[in-house]
Amino acid sequence: MNFNLGISTGSSTPIYRQITEQVRLAVATGRLAVGDQLPSVRALAEELVLNPNTVARAYTDLAREGLLESRAGRGVFVTRKRKVFTREEGRRRLEPLLDGLIGEAMAMDFTQEDLRAAFEKKLAQWKQTRGGDRNHE
Amino acid sequence: MNEQPVIRTQGLTRYFGARPAVYELDLAVPRGGVFALLGRNGSGKTTTIRMLLGLLEPTRGAGTILGYDIRALPPEARARIGYLTEEHQLYGWMSVRECGEFQSPYYPTWNEKVFRGIIGHFGLRPTTQVKSLSRGERAGLCLALTLAPEPELLILDDPAVGLDPVARRSLVESMIYLTRRSDRTIFFSTHQLPDVERVADHIAVLDHSVLRACCPLETFRNSVQQVRLRFPSAPPPLPKIPGLLQAFRSEGELRVTCVHYNGATEAALRALAPAQMEPVPLSLEDAFISYLGDRGEKSFILSETEAQP
Repeated sequence: MNFNLGISTGSSTPIYRQITEQVRLAVATGRLAVGDQLPSVRALAEELVLNPNTVARAYTDLAREGLLESRAGRGVFVTRKRKVFTREEGRRRLEPLLDGLIGEAMAMDFTQEDLRAAFEKKLAQWKQTRGGDRNHE
Repeated sequence: MNEQPVIRTQGLTRYFGARPAVYELDLAVPRGGVFALLGRNGSGKTTTIRMLLGLLEPTRGAGTILGYDIRALPPEARARIGYLTEEHQLYGWMSVRECGEFQSPYYPTWNEKVFRGIIGHFGLRPTTQVKSLSRGERAGLCLALTLAPEPELLILDDPAVGLDPVARRSLVESMIYLTRRSDRTIFFSTHQLPDVERVADHIAVLDHSVLRACCPLETFRNSVQQVRLRFPSAPPPLPKIPGLLQAFRSEGELRVTCVHYNGATEAALRALAPAQMEPVPLSLEDAFISYLGDRGEKSFILSETEAQP
């Protein structure tokens, strides 16, 4: 497992959401695979120097989404990967990411063609290293 | 939370001369978890703590701690409470170990393992004399002496004051260690919002001697919201918005921070016909500063239910 959580105080994102977002991303990109074990609530709380309730809350949210499962006496595991967001919710979240990307690229004077080419190239790279369409079960 | 709160006050008030230091305080601290008491300097935090511990007579009002009347705390109640202040009395000629040996006979519940653990955590050697300890090391020793009897309720009055970042982290770690027992409660005052983010379940906010929030930390964060409104030209004048804390105006933009942001707030802002309107997430520090700013409307954040939009 190649996964390290890190949190920062003073962020506009509450700490429990920093944890859920990092775990979601790690599952989505394959850094966390199905069956991987995560630290216990207590262990992660002590490692990150957090109130255990904060970690418990993040784990509960992730379990509700079907990403994690707590097996009594054994620990917390990544479960069968499910679609985290509905298609609509996914689109809503994708929108600002695209705006950010395009805005930054325009500010650096890339043309639409440059950007499209760079995007295609990146997609091809991802397909090679991660097997592409992972999101379809 | 059906259980009786470990700390409860009703109308607790203390005057110093004509000025109230704490005014009509209604506080409830649930059992278990970490409760942070926040507020600017002189807002009444220390006066509150001193009244809770029976060290200062209230002018009026009532309070209980572990179910006992704060005006008449019996010794058995005090034995269940750990209290850490800045002015912890230590003898300079004693060694660290001797400080523990000197205190332990007074506490039937003294846990030597906890004492040694915290001493070690702060990097203290048992043989070092108290008078040669640094400020952070001294704080570590005081914390070890306060935690070793494993108090049911731990009260810390600004424990982070004067600590360097390493000692402060050790303090936070020690507090987290204490939460291993879910029936233990920590009540602490502080200015360190990063520490609050790490450890606190609940917060209370005192402002000019008056309680202005007493709720889960998350409720507080959700209650204070900022919205950015963009306009094609100069923003219109701002009408009366319920719960307005702050408004910043710049060319083509209006940033509004409100408490108890809800449908009515949103409708009032939409009526300004902005070209674009989007929420701006706030850090705890920004939310806190907006909430205690002098410009806005004074509100009270009480419970989860009130904060729901």
